[in-house]
Amino acid sequence: MTPLLEARNLTKIFGGGVFERKQTVALEDFSISIDGDRPSVTAVVGESGSGKTTLARLLLGLVTPTRGQVLYNGRDLRTMGAPDWKVFRHDVQVIFQDPYEVYNPFYRVDHVLTTPVAKFKLAATKAAARTVIEDALRAVGLRPEETLGRFPHQLSGGQRQRVMVARALLLKPRVILADEPVSMVDASMRATILASLRAMTVERGISIIYITHDLATAYQIGQNIVVLYRGSVAEAGDVECVVKHPQHPYTQLLISSIPVASAERTWTTEMVADPAIRVTGQDGCTFADRCPSATSPCLQTPPPLFRTAPHRAVACYLYQSAPALRREEMVAVFAAPVPPKAEPSGPPGSGEAQHAGV
Amino acid sequence: MIADVLRVQGLVVHYHTPLGAVRAADNITFGLRVEERLGLVGESGSGKSTLALAILRMIKPPGRIEGGEIWLDGLNLMTLSEEEMRQVRLARIAMIPQGSMNSLNPVMRIRAQIADALRDHGVRLPKREVDERIRDLLHSVGLRPDVASMFPHELSGGMKQRACIAIAISLRPRVIIADEPTSALDVVVQKQVMETLARVQKELEASVILVGHDMGLVAQFVDRVGIMYAGKLVEVSPVRDVFTQPLHPYTRLLIASLPSLQHKGSFQGIPGLPPLLRDLPSGCAFHPRCPHAVDRCRTEVPRFKEAGTASWAACHLL
Amino acid sequence: MERAPASTRIMPAVSRPGRLAAAMRYGRRNLSLVVGIVLLLALVLFVGIGHVLVDVSKARPLSAPALQPPSLEYPFGTDRQGRDLLATMVAGTPLTLRIGFIAGFLGVGIGSILAFVAAYYRGTLDALIRGIADIGLTVPGLLVLIIIAVSIKEGLTVDQMAVIVASLAWLNPTRTIRAQVLTLRERSYVEVARLSGMSGPEIIVKELMPNLLPYLGATLVNAVSNAILASIGLEVLGLGPIESPTLGMTLYWVNYNAALINGWWWWWTAPIVIILVVFLGLFFLTVGLDEIANPRLRRAV
Repeated sequence: MTPLLEARNLTKIFGGGVFERKQTVALEDFSISIDGDRPSVTAVVGESGSGKTTLARLLLGLVTPTRGQVLYNGRDLRTMGAPDWKVFRHDVQVIFQDPYEVYNPFYRVDHVLTTPVAKFKLAATKAAARTVIEDALRAVGLRPEETLGRFPHQLSGGQRQRVMVARALLLKPRVILADEPVSMVDASMRATILASLRAMTVERGISIIYITHDLATAYQIGQNIVVLYRGSVAEAGDVECVVKHPQHPYTQLLISSIPVASAERTWTTEMVADPAIRVTGQDGCTFADRCPSATSPCLQTPPPLFRTAPHRAVACYLYQSAPALRREEMVAVFAAPVPPKAEPSGPPGSGEAQHAGV
Repeated sequence: MIADVLRVQGLVVHYHTPLGAVRAADNITFGLRVEERLGLVGESGSGKSTLALAILRMIKPPGRIEGGEIWLDGLNLMTLSEEEMRQVRLARIAMIPQGSMNSLNPVMRIRAQIADALRDHGVRLPKREVDERIRDLLHSVGLRPDVASMFPHELSGGMKQRACIAIAISLRPRVIIADEPTSALDVVVQKQVMETLARVQKELEASVILVGHDMGLVAQFVDRVGIMYAGKLVEVSPVRDVFTQPLHPYTRLLIASLPSLQHKGSFQGIPGLPPLLRDLPSGCAFHPRCPHAVDRCRTEVPRFKEAGTASWAACHLL
Repeated sequence: MERAPASTRIMPAVSRPGRLAAAMRYGRRNLSLVVGIVLLLALVLFVGIGHVLVDVSKARPLSAPALQPPSLEYPFGTDRQGRDLLATMVAGTPLTLRIGFIAGFLGVGIGSILAFVAAYYRGTLDALIRGIADIGLTVPGLLVLIIIAVSIKEGLTVDQMAVIVASLAWLNPTRTIRAQVLTLRERSYVEVARLSGMSGPEIIVKELMPNLLPYLGATLVNAVSNAILASIGLEVLGLGPIESPTLGMTLYWVNYNAALINGWWWWWTAPIVIILVVFLGLFFLTVGLDEIANPRLRRAV
């Protein structure tokens, strides 16, 4: 496969300057790549402090890595010239978490749509621009006459977020980075927005990197998943395997803590110690201080990724009998990007994602 | 007949804006039994936080409680003076407000904040006994004794929230209202905090009202669920029934839209938008979005009535 | 892709009618703004009508009999050099205001540019601008102005006064506006603008500046009032444009001729009252604008 957007051994450390002695490792040795030939949806799941936001900003080129590289079309972002940046900014779009902060309160919501059209010369005339914008709004289920001309405070959070999705669509990007796109949106609107995102991959061939703390939506929308814990990958692979049969103790803890919206009680009672913030110099596995299965090697060197199945890798010494993978090879465990077909409404469970076995 | 520790009858709360009065809570009626956990679920603008504040008579202008009664253990809270109500708050009904972990006084140690609450309610004990009480309180929420001498910024989010729970239970209230107590917390910490809340509730033999929008949290924690929409209670049912046989169409659609961890499926959102409280549709507020709406729904507001053994709902189709 | 059904929640687009009513309602709440505007308008009327009704040439010395108390012919009286004081006030007030406005605008103009550049680009440029402003602010302003004024050998004109005052007027605006821009710069919408392909200067002008307009307005009014004060201060010391009948120069002559001791009360009453009106007007305007600029001060709807 030809990688479109690639991260190689990305590491980001904050602090540690002259005035700030304490360093925080936000992300460590992270590698991933998005295929340019076939669209895919990759979910990156992590809680606060996992490094997922840092990852998003690194991939967008808003922050420079301490070590490692971000490559677009094979070119390192730091060495790209202005014309390459223009292409990058065109091809890689983002949907931020907060549908309130992303709008300049001085302007009507049209502003976030007309600006990229003008800057990237998507239309020759004003009328053409208007058509392009209206089409994008309709594609996400909004009515242009009810949306355009309004100020941000006149729309609901969900509507604002959908305008942002429309904005992302305008540029016909190749990759969309969605950073918690529905966490600040009401429950009834979430499904609508997620449906738009899924349609983007299926109908328009856009790859999505879906960053979230919500495993349920990640599971629904993703084909492959990466679970981050305090800056490192804990587990990665096909989303059905990882979610249904988690192997890393952290993933198991995470899944068992999720309150399931169903009639049966699944919450078990098990208190786990509070985590501290990780600093550099802390050896061993990042999860060792909370892990019920920690042994002495866990406290000394961080474990490599072990490939426990064709479509799964776990960074845990419990599985050291499996073949080890280098971090850069993590993407090898991702299932072939064939998006699940969007079925008509029917009983849940009729989805047929094609994926290799556990 | 199991007695209700809290009974809300026909509660109405209006917000007076320059554009007219907005019915933030419209004719709410429900009961809370002893040692029961009730979930109050709704999306933003549904009126659930307003209801929580109204029960504690903490609605400030331009909002006002326009009508209704609130009975706590046989005492009508609406007849109390402001000073009497102040004594009732915390001592008999306590609230853990939304974002409370960020409202802890940053320059006071935890011990001082709890002691403050106690002193404010007339608890005059020698320092040694107050300290002992504080230690016991912290222990009951799973915090180490040395947390008492810490400042809020030294604690993690989950610990801060548990400290807030400790303040809320310091006078052994009968009812604890928790408004989105875990919204800013990670999933693992959320479970810890909810388990803490469950444990203290059991110890105190108190009742809990959990206000929020997370149906999953509600499913795993509460005994009964009240669903709010556009300022009205549209359904109250035991939690198992809400998920197996939801009565109100809104409840049904809401549950269907939740992403599951069991199987991949299609995304089913609720079409349309929740109405603006100052511009409610005629008849049933949900009718524009309801797949089963009939003519009667457009003209007549459905009454909140019994619709099963232990369920109430406001829908013409039941 | 599902289609959105008829939305139950169609918000009316922002409409034009009712602006006057809304403005009047706002005026009742923001009394300061109204008082400020009224005072300044009164001043403008005074000058405007004055220029029509009064012979401004009488503001020159030897136009009228000296030291006349207020009478029908000379409503403000005359001074020791034979100036008709009413004419002097009518002629001098706009001159003083002009110094203030030119210096204020120059000060805030330069200050804004420096502030936006420093706050948006950060780094060495920011450190440099901030350093100069900080050092400049520690030096006593009046002293610097005096030294500059004294060094100019030929007589000063009104415009030269304005430039002298402006030379220091940019220091404080630079710091305060920079602080505001620093907070705005972190907003997500700035990031979105960057990702949409906007360049730095474009972001400054199109995204940041519009949100700061009320604050810039308040800063401007503040700068104007400070500039007027500074210029009056210099003039009273005799370092202003000697030939011009500005308010400060009138006060200089009041001082020079010991009008206070000699009991020529009309001579110093007129300029002081006008100066009071100017400052009160500008003060109330600042308070009123502050309420617009700072939403936290706004009383609840």
